Amino acid sequence: MDFNLDNEYDMLRTMYRDFSEQEVEPIAAEIDEEERFPAETVTKLAKFGLLGIPIPKEYGGEGADNLAYSMAVEELGRVCGTTSVIVSAHTSLCAVLILEFGTEEQKQKYLVPLAKGEKLGAFGLTEPNAGTDASAQQTTAIVDGEDYVLNGSKIFITNAGYADTYVVMAMTDKKMGTRGISAFIVEHDFPGFSIGKKEKKLGIRGSSTCELIFEDCRVPKENLLGKVGKGFSIAMKTLDGGRIGIASQALGIAQGAFDQTVNYVKERKQFGRALSKFQNTQFELADMNTKLEAARLLIYKAACKKDQRLPYSADAARAKLYAAEVAMEITTKAVQLHGGYGYIREYPIERMMRDAKITEIYEGTSEVQKMVIAADVL
Amino acid sequence: MKIVVCIKQVPDTTEVKLDPETGTLIRKGVPSIINPDDKRGLEAALQLKDEFGAEVVVLTMGPPQADNALRESFGMGVDQAILLTDRAFAGSDTLATSHTLAAAIRKISPDLIIAGRQAIDGDTAQVGPQIAEHLNLPQVSYVFDLQKEDEKHLIVKRSFEDGSHRLRIKMPCLITTLSEMNTPRYMSVGKIFDAYREKKVEIWNLKDIDIETATLGLAGSPTKVQKSFTKSVKDKGVVYDDVSPKEAAKLIVDKLTEKYIL
Repeated sequence: MDFNLDNEYDMLRTMYRDFSEQEVEPIAAEIDEEERFPAETVTKLAKFGLLGIPIPKEYGGEGADNLAYSMAVEELGRVCGTTSVIVSAHTSLCAVLILEFGTEEQKQKYLVPLAKGEKLGAFGLTEPNAGTDASAQQTTAIVDGEDYVLNGSKIFITNAGYADTYVVMAMTDKKMGTRGISAFIVEHDFPGFSIGKKEKKLGIRGSSTCELIFEDCRVPKENLLGKVGKGFSIAMKTLDGGRIGIASQALGIAQGAFDQTVNYVKERKQFGRALSKFQNTQFELADMNTKLEAARLLIYKAACKKDQRLPYSADAARAKLYAAEVAMEITTKAVQLHGGYGYIREYPIERMMRDAKITEIYEGTSEVQKMVIAADVL
Repeated sequence: MKIVVCIKQVPDTTEVKLDPETGTLIRKGVPSIINPDDKRGLEAALQLKDEFGAEVVVLTMGPPQADNALRESFGMGVDQAILLTDRAFAGSDTLATSHTLAAAIRKISPDLIIAGRQAIDGDTAQVGPQIAEHLNLPQVSYVFDLQKEDEKHLIVKRSFEDGSHRLRIKMPCLITTLSEMNTPRYMSVGKIFDAYREKKVEIWNLKDIDIETATLGLAGSPTKVQKSFTKSVKDKGVVYDDVSPKEAAKLIVDKLTEKYIL
């Protein structure tokens, strides 16, 4: 067993950090404040291969792996929660999904531009009445000639409105329950597909979160992804991978808050000495640092198991559960150590605390992760 | 077109901290980077490659750890990387270094040689020009703009204290580049992976180059360092904005008086 990362990962981290600090961090507060989707950053992400990290080169990707991808989301999350989830949703929930379940034609047509970052991806599973109970899908897809006709709506869809390619789940046979759900690739300009209400959120406010509306939306039969009735299974496998991404986002946010706090407590003086000289501060930082390291090991283990094509579902759930809870705890403590300055928008800490909360909710709530882990144990 | 870019791995001086007790530099744990001027030269070569197509070879002389700087060059997009390393090269001053690099470059026979103006750890600005002299090639130093005119000529802008010169230079030639020339690109994810998994850094030893051994290493180095010392740390300067000429004059006189200059 070797806990050292290979040289390429160290160099990747250097590159990710340079990119994040120079291209992403300077606008992080602004896009949060203005609730603005950072389209200019997406162009830059594409240019340096950050939108196709775990996709093979033959499909326009970078030919790297899930560990390399996970570290990218982590480093982006360290400075900007919004940017990290744009990458995570695009990669884990759309590009990788088409890589794993698409036909060769679908990969050439949809995966290649996604991996090159020429197009942005999104994923539609959640509905108003199908959240944690994702099997309760009400969106329908009925065969009509050479097309499927989709009707219904999806909510809370990340990258909606800015994405070009959507993977959408819909019921093809209600009688079959979860085995009646199928997956479809929907292009943003298919007739009958529109973007609904944009949500106003607590955190990750620069990311676009909207409703998807399907009104007699015609999707050609060749855009069925995987086999008929396999949509639920595809969605669950996809979320396993997505959890590594969101866990990495949570870790990044927590690491960002920690790094900010370390700098702050060395400079901030009270009672005539730096906050870092107080044992309370030292003990808090020691706890935070230990939890960061534990979360990182869980995440890298899950990513490496996925790379080695070993079962990793429970590993991803543990990583996501722990990293998300650690992110919430560390950002909250970071605000506390900053005192009043942590609560105002002049400092990034309050944003990090707001951004952290969603990691306990999306891509399976912490409770869902516990269900997955318990099922693995029992 | 074949371009050789000479790079040096140097300690990141922006990360060097002073020991508050002794006032000396703490070198331990300081990361190594590609010398900033050299990295601009690398970027300039890669821009020529992007625009016109070129084979970019990166060359460094140094200990085996310099491998990292060469892998980083692969991450940015160079085609070939050569590490000149041998015990016989140890202790080289700028003259011995330039002899060694020139011997390696002779073997590659490029159309263009690019070197950074100077390294942040030595600040001599000698190696690039010396290489050109050994190879008997035309050279332009302090270049901040580079255009290809045709297959045989470059148009470069050379910075001077009081302005700049625009020059046409015939290849093969050597230029040295300034930090303000461009902004180096980020490495890309796939190229970083390839840098370690697909690409190979070529190791050249003494036996791989044709050179007089008397010009090498410590023996070939006429430079003798008499004394080295740490410059004392100065206070941060003060900027007085928005003061009238009269107030400014008074401030200056007061400061000069305070320092017993007046």
